[in-house]
Order: sequence, then C-alpha cells, then structure tokens
Amino acid sequence: MKNVLVNLEHISKSYDGQMVLDDLNLYIRENEFLTLLGPSGCGKTTTLRILGGFETPDKGRVVFEGADITNLPPNKRQLNTVFQKYALFTHMNIAENIAFGLKIKNKSKAYIDDKIKYALKLVNLDGFEKRMPNSLSGGQQQRIAIARAIVNEPKLLLLDEPLGALDLKLRQDMQYELIRLKNELGITFIYVTHDQEEALTMSDTIVVMNQGYIQQIGTPERIYNEPENAFVADFIGESNIIGATMIEDRLVEILGARFACVDEGFGRNKPVDVVIRPEDVELTKNPADGTIQGVVSHVIFKGVHYEMEVQANGFEWLVHSTGMFPVGTNVGIKVDPFNIQIMNKPESEDEEAVGVNE
Amino acid sequence: MNNKRKLLSIPYLLWAIVFIIIPLFMVVYYGITDKTGAFTFANIAAIATAEHGKALWLSVLLSFMSTVVCLLLAYPLAMILSKMNIASNSFLVLIFILPMWMNFLLRTLAWLSLLEKTGVINNILKFFGLPTMNIINTPGAIILGMVYNFLPFMIMPIYNALVKIDPNVINAARDLGAGPFKTFTKVIFPLSIPGVISGITMVFVPALTTFVISTILGGNKILLIGNVIELEFTTTGNWHLGSGLSMVLMVFIVISMILTAIFDKDGEGSML
Ligand SMILES: Nc1ncnc2c1ncn2[C@@H]1O[C@H](COP(=O)(O)OP(=O)(O)O)[C@@H](O)[C@H]1O
Ligand SMILES: [Mg+2]
Repeated sequence: MKNVLVNLEHISKSYDGQMVLDDLNLYIRENEFLTLLGPSGCGKTTTLRILGGFETPDKGRVVFEGADITNLPPNKRQLNTVFQKYALFTHMNIAENIAFGLKIKNKSKAYIDDKIKYALKLVNLDGFEKRMPNSLSGGQQQRIAIARAIVNEPKLLLLDEPLGALDLKLRQDMQYELIRLKNELGITFIYVTHDQEEALTMSDTIVVMNQGYIQQIGTPERIYNEPENAFVADFIGESNIIGATMIEDRLVEILGARFACVDEGFGRNKPVDVVIRPEDVELTKNPADGTIQGVVSHVIFKGVHYEMEVQANGFEWLVHSTGMFPVGTNVGIKVDPFNIQIMNKPESEDEEAVGVNE
Repeated sequence: MNNKRKLLSIPYLLWAIVFIIIPLFMVVYYGITDKTGAFTFANIAAIATAEHGKALWLSVLLSFMSTVVCLLLAYPLAMILSKMNIASNSFLVLIFILPMWMNFLLRTLAWLSLLEKTGVINNILKFFGLPTMNIINTPGAIILGMVYNFLPFMIMPIYNALVKIDPNVINAARDLGAGPFKTFTKVIFPLSIPGVISGITMVFVPALTTFVISTILGGNKILLIGNVIELEFTTTGNWHLGSGLSMVLMVFIVISMILTAIFDKDGEGSML
C-alpha cells in the first residue's frame, strides 16, 4: 500500500452554530483518486476549503506528509485547487493564467514557456496561449483551470465539481481526460461531486457523505454492491430498500416471505434493512416459481432494458429486465441469495438523522 | 412589439431633444458666432489668453489633485465595504449616503461656516489657545470641498467593481502561491480598474466644471474656469464667449467619457 499523503483528523466546522462537519476523519493515500460524494450541502466544499487553506476548522488537524498544516495559508501549501466555476483571471490571456503560479515562484522564462506548451498539450488546447478566458467555451475554460493548477506540480489536486457546469457529452469526455491526466501525472486527486455516476466511473475510493458525516468509504464496486446503510444504497444508483427481519444466519424475512441470503452475524429475529438492486430482481412467468407473487403495475422501455414496477406484498418493487411483462400480468419475484444486501438499521435517533431523509 | 417599444421611447426622445440636443446646439451656435451673428473662432481662441489659460490650468490642477485624494481615500474604503455584509452594516452605508441626500449647496455652505476665519474650527483652535488657520479662500479649501462632495462618486464604482470579483478568483491567486500583497497587485487591483476609471471620470468631470465650490470656498478670489464661464453668462452677459469656453471644456469631458467607455465595459459607473 502507498503512503498516506493527507490526514484529516477529527475535523469539526460549524457556521453560525450550524454544524457542517462533525468529527470527520479521513486519510488519502499517494496517487489515489478519492471522491467526496454526497448531496448538495453535505459539507463537501467545506472539506475541500479546509484542505486548501481557505477555511480553518473549529476543531481537528490537517496533516500533510506528516506535518500539521491546519493554520498554513493557502499560498504555502503544496496543493492546488480547481474551482467549481473555473475562476480564471479574466484580465490575463491563457498563457499568463497558466504562468501565474510559476512567475510567483520566480521560474525562468524558458522554463515557464516550456511548461505552458506542455500543459496546453496535456489538456488538448495547443495554440491557445494568446486567447482570453472569456472567448473560450466552458469546457475549454475548465481545462485551462486544470492546466493552470498542474503546471505547479502539486502533490495533491483538489477539484470541486469541476464538470458540474458542462453538458453531458462534454462531461463524459472530460471524465476520461481527468483519469488519463491522473495516470500520466501521478498526482493525488481529491474530487468533489454530487453525481454518483461520475464518482463510480472515476474513483479509486469513494467517500459517501451526508449532513457532515461520512456514511461509507470504499471502492466503487464495494459502495455499489455492499452499501452499509440505507442512505448509501439510496444515493448510489436505484434500489429497493425494504425493512426486513433477519430470522437467523443466511435467512431473512422480507414482506412476510422468507428469502435465502448469504449474510451472517446479524443475530436472530433482528430488524434490518435489505437493499436489492432493480437489475437483481428476477420475475418469473409462473407466479408460483417466485418467492413472493405480485402484479406488474408499470412498464417503461429504457433502451438497454425495461423498467417495471411490481406490486407485491404491499411494496412497489423496481425491476430492470431485458424481458418484459405487460401491465396487469401476475408474476413471481425471485432474488439470488447473493444479491440480497443486509444492512443494520440505524439504532439511535442520532444515526437516524444521518440516514435517508424521508 | 417592436413598434410598441418605439412608441414608448418617444417621451425620452423628446426629453433628450428639448433638454440635451437643443441646448447643445445653442451652445455651439453661440460659441462660433459674435454679437452680430457672424462666424468667428475668437470665442474658442479666447481660452489662450493669460487670464483664461490660468483659470483652466488651475481648474485642471485642483480637479486632478481632488481626484487623486478621492482615489486614495475611496479605494481602501471601498475594499472595506466590499468585504462587509452590507445588509448587516446598513448603518455604515448610511453614514456615506446621508450627506448625499443633503443639498449640494448646503453641504458646501456648511464647510464655509466650519472653515471661516471666525468659523467653528478656528474658534475651537482659539479656545485651546492655538494659532488660528487660514483655510478659507485657499486652493486647499476648494480641494477639500471637491473631495467632500465627490468622494461618494469615487467609492461607488470602485465598490461595484470589487464586489463583482468572484471570491474564488482571489482564492485561486492565493492557491497558486500569491501572498496577500501579490494577490492585490496582480489580481484584485487590475480587476477593479474599470471601477477606478469610472470613479476618476465621475470625480474629475464635475470638479473641472464646478463653480459653486470655488465661489463659496474660494471667496471669488480664486477663479476656476467654471467661474469664468459662469461670470460670462451672468455678470458680463457675453453668452458668445461663455459658450466658446464651454466648448473647450467639453473637449475634456468628451475625452474622459471616451476613456471611461473604453475601460469600463461592464458599466460600474452607470450604477449611480
Ligand atoms: N461561509 C459560509 N457561511 C455560512 N454557511 C455556510 C458557509 N459555507 C457553507 N455553509 C453551509 O454549510 C453547509 C455545507 O456547505 P458545503 O460544504 O458548501 O456543501 P456542499 O459542497 O457539499 O454542497 C451548507 O448548509 C451551507 O449552507
Ligand atoms: Mg459544493
């Protein structure tokens, strides 16, 4: 495993008595692409601003390569930020924008010119030296903002929803470019987004946040397949989240029917939440073949698959399938034991507060 | 739709014609004719006489100095204001706005009673046994009057330019290694230049043409070009000479306005 580059230790921050971050602990390894993912207002930007030095935490420390940098001003930190709305210097041309950090560090003209060329090539904007920022499209400006940051060879690059203002196609192109950049440069990325698809595509590690608390940290696969609580399951992709009872190891009662599962160690007759992804719900033509029975209530064609809703035992199951049953059909519902994810129910009210907002 | 808009603009057009275009033409007409109505350049050329030239030079000098003082006072003030949450500091804003609601003449007369030989300031000095000061009827008094009256016109456009700067652009400068001083010289100040230019125009032009301030605080001992023109229209009654000199002054105003238009594309100054 690579070395830890940054450590956020017991970070708390509140504005006007409103807790925004509460005892946040997080470490980032060298050359990791880590994404902070969560709904708007959950404290992602605040976390980045504390890392960048634009905000001091009320409590806790920021440790960078073993040194406490909590109170170091932004200009003394070995990291750079790509801001949400580009934040280019509109009174300077592109070359001057990119050269800004290097000139401050008194680099030679030859070195700076070299770097400008190199950075523009890297972001596929060769020959843009003399253009003004306002004459560029959103995507181009964003790439200049990235170029302006990386010429300084930071150890850590912070990106705050850098693709948020771009349209879908451009966003996807830029996602690939960012992954390429990360691989070419070997810089550590901390990436902020509220877009779960973006997070799943780009990250080595995803940190799911809600209301100032970390809900789960893990690889994209782990976050998607094994969400630890209802909030994560609900936020990452579509899912059926159902209150259930763990009868015993490897057996769970969902909506009055018993399903085999693979989870153990939850105890006996314990209330839990289960999450079942819509693509993991199997519909059987013969209702008796299913574990429970229901009626198709809604069908939409989505291109790759059909999206169906099935009313069964008082719950509206969301189903994605390549096969289609017309509305009104009686069907059976089956789920592979491996695809039933069991989650602990939030115990205290405090935990409830950080869960799903219903 | 388009026709409706045209109709709606008619009152403004009429207003502009009656109160701007026609007077302007009359000034030009008087400026280039003599008493008999014959064409002449003499009224314009009269600016070159020693008396008029001196008045113009003094006007330019005092306006320039007032503008510089206004800029030096206004910039830091505008910066402080721009960093504040205006809603929660309305008292501070009120302090700046309140004098503007007072009549221009009253404001200037107030300074007269403060600065006079037997005025408030000298009385206080006398009370403490200090030597009295001779402020009234000096160029200094006129500069003081100009700065006091026109300072808000410098603060507002600079303030408008500063609040328009995206805080993240300033953060970006810090992020890229600039300390507070370099951030100011390389980012904040250059981005506020449109406001500065607007402010300069909005102080320099009225200062250059004022005759009220110089009459009250200069006691008719110091003649500015505005006073000369005013005298031609009121006392001497030579409208031709007055108009000719006005046209010369207008050249300065037009130059200032062109400069503003070039630098202030976002219209910081137009907010007033
Ligand atoms: N400067 C500030 N003053 C007051 N409240 C703030 C400030 N910055 C952020 N907040 C509040 O903190 C919370 C988290 O904000 P932020 O970190 O920007 O969330 P995110 O980036 O995840 O959308 C929000 O409720 C926001 O209103
Ligand atoms: Mg944010």
